[in-house]
Amino acid sequence: MKKRNLLKSMIAAGVLSAMSFGAQAELNGSVNYIIPFGPGGESDISARLQQPFFKEKFGEDLVVSYQPGGGGAVGWASLNGLSDDGQTIMGVNLPHIIIKPAQKDVGFTTDGINTFYMFHYTPDAIVVTADSPYQTLDDLIADAKANPAQVTLSGSGKASANHLAQIKFDKMAGIQTTYVPFKGTGAAVTALLGKQVKAEWGYSTVGAKQGDAVRMLAVAMEERHPLFPDVPTFKELGFDMVGGAYRGIALPESASAETTQMWSDMIGQINADEGFRQQMLDGGFAMLDVDAAGMDEFMAARTEEYLADAREAGLIE
Amino acid sequence: MDAGSFLSALTPLNIAFALFGVAAGTVIGSIPGLTATMAVAVLVPITFSMEPASALILLGAIYTGAIYGGAYAAILLNTPGTPSAIATTFDGYPMAKRGEGDLAVALACFASVFGGLVGALALLFLAPPLSSVALAFGPVEYFWLAIFGLSLIASLSSGNLLKGLAGGAFGLILSTVGVAEISADIRLTFGSQTMIGGFGVVGALIGLYCIPVLIDLVAVPDRHLDVKEGVKSVRIGEAARLAFKSKFNLLRSSVIGTLVGILPGAGGSVAGLVAYSEAKRTARDDQKFGEGEPDGIIATEAANNATVGGGFIPTLVLGIPGTPPDAVILGALLVQGVRTGPALFQSGGGSIAYTFIYGLIIATVLMLPVGLLIGRYAYKSIVTIPKAVLVPAVGFMTIIGTFAIRNSVSDVIIMILLGVFGWIVGRFGFAASPIVLGLILGPIAEQGFVQTWIIGSATNNLAGMFFGRPISQAIVAFTLLSLIYPLFAARRKSAQLNEHS
Repeated sequence: MKKRNLLKSMIAAGVLSAMSFGAQAELNGSVNYIIPFGPGGESDISARLQQPFFKEKFGEDLVVSYQPGGGGAVGWASLNGLSDDGQTIMGVNLPHIIIKPAQKDVGFTTDGINTFYMFHYTPDAIVVTADSPYQTLDDLIADAKANPAQVTLSGSGKASANHLAQIKFDKMAGIQTTYVPFKGTGAAVTALLGKQVKAEWGYSTVGAKQGDAVRMLAVAMEERHPLFPDVPTFKELGFDMVGGAYRGIALPESASAETTQMWSDMIGQINADEGFRQQMLDGGFAMLDVDAAGMDEFMAARTEEYLADAREAGLIE
Repeated sequence: MDAGSFLSALTPLNIAFALFGVAAGTVIGSIPGLTATMAVAVLVPITFSMEPASALILLGAIYTGAIYGGAYAAILLNTPGTPSAIATTFDGYPMAKRGEGDLAVALACFASVFGGLVGALALLFLAPPLSSVALAFGPVEYFWLAIFGLSLIASLSSGNLLKGLAGGAFGLILSTVGVAEISADIRLTFGSQTMIGGFGVVGALIGLYCIPVLIDLVAVPDRHLDVKEGVKSVRIGEAARLAFKSKFNLLRSSVIGTLVGILPGAGGSVAGLVAYSEAKRTARDDQKFGEGEPDGIIATEAANNATVGGGFIPTLVLGIPGTPPDAVILGALLVQGVRTGPALFQSGGGSIAYTFIYGLIIATVLMLPVGLLIGRYAYKSIVTIPKAVLVPAVGFMTIIGTFAIRNSVSDVIIMILLGVFGWIVGRFGFAASPIVLGLILGPIAEQGFVQTWIIGSATNNLAGMFFGRPISQAIVAFTLLSLIYPLFAARRKSAQLNEHS
């Protein structure tokens, strides 16, 4: 009896795997997509943009929920204790998952997070208000040279993508500016628009959201963002800065290789959808395609870069 | 503001959405731990397949309903259903205790509808100019606003000032536990992973307010709430008369709520507290705030519902969410392809925005019958359910509610420990509210202070940053007033007593 059941289920499994995307895993109902931050940030918005495409392509609901706390640490510390059947996934962010464990024991390690896809990044950008005296990046550099530390820039969080960008750029340009950390991009932009600070270290998404109210002096991309053909890249202006905050999705470490592969394929398919790409670009995001196979290499390169920057700035020991 | 958007808000489908949203929101908001943010977030995917305006109306209706629903638990169980309803407990629960819970619930409904309408009308007519309020508030203004909020401890704990301050200081310490919001330092966790997320406000609310009530329910043989003999459970007329008598309080509290709602860093809890303290400060001699004064409920509930409309002002005009539920709704708008900004309010491009605002107004009006109906039912069931059922049912809800905030067992443990702690110190006259005030306002004060300090040192203008800005100076003046006034009032009272004797 037992043997026959086993045989039956093996056949069934074989048929199922042939039917699914070539992998031996499949979805079984709606998926819980945990964002380890509060609502309204870039992580939330990009997840919300994925939601309808996921439903359309794979027929299941992608349910976004929030688990804020400790700048994401609460969520990531809980990730490996969650169910590993592929019905629960969690957003991950760089540099957070690299910098935080390097600072202190926060309940998770960078290597312990099973990131299966990095699907976009928000390129670093210096943003000023539309009526700012800084017309170009050179104006800001000149002011900072004439008045060391007096040029204030808001940004989201400390030891964050914005903060690391400020440290890096100050070194490259040989200037000294003052970074003022705020709680999230929304608060940093509010401070900029209210003229509490002279500029903001933000992302290209700020330019997309605020439109005519702001001007971006430069973005940290290889080439100009299609949404902002008039905004130069840092590279064009002679600063070798490409990067920003990278966002991906992870499964618990114990998830099977098949489940991980299935998810990597699914997110890759959404990322390949022209409609999705367009919506992301319209929001000021920049697309990225690092799948499960290429993750180790990508993470190793990022880790080295972030840790070197953070160590030099005294953010970690 | 064309008639077309008004008419499209009036379609039967949109009205049905508004009705459903208000009812669902009220029920969700009444359960401690289930917040408006959560309710809105869960429903966002459903709205993807809907017309943008209908989707917005549904989300706005849930939001406004949930803020009102928070009053039920505050009045009937002394537990704010949402953080916005903290100050509702001050007078709501004493009223319910003496058998006037039905009146309190009806009053809360009238005040919420009125406040909601004021906020929504401000959104309709004054959104672009009022959005500048959000930008005028810099770090230093938030710092002083938080200090002003903390000064309310003095007026809330009259006669018990030292204990109130001790509670507030304890709350401030609790607020620093975990990963600091802007400096990213990990503080006071003593190496424990449980503490990394810090003390969440909602969990602390449930623990500090609800657990002591549950323990007392078990410990004493009396009924949970008194019921007055011979009074029918419909006291709508009486509530309407009381609300009308306090029309000035209603209006002032609604304006406070709208303005505080516009500030992205503040929110409904701060609005309710500020309005409450203003109502208390200007009270007549025969009014006893904190012992079941109807004006206390009116002030808080008008103010917290006014934050709904107020919060949408920066959300729609500046793309900066005024409150966490606004942030979720902003994300939904983005997916729908609606770009926020001043253009949304200019003629032509603004039809979606205006349909939504009219929808919000309709939902707020619908809250009157829906809220009175559900309120009556909630009151009846809490009063008639035997204790042996009420205590386990509420206890179960506190645990589920706390867990639901971020699926964390640590939060539940922290909630229960805080609750037991709150019950013990409550025996010695330490109230929960100062602790919660410290917990909520601590991070706002800390962030504002650190940012002001950084900017001030960079520009060699520390004194000017902290004391030189007009809005800050006004807030400092109010703070001094609210600190000195209770002392002054106490002295005047004792002088009067001396004269009499």
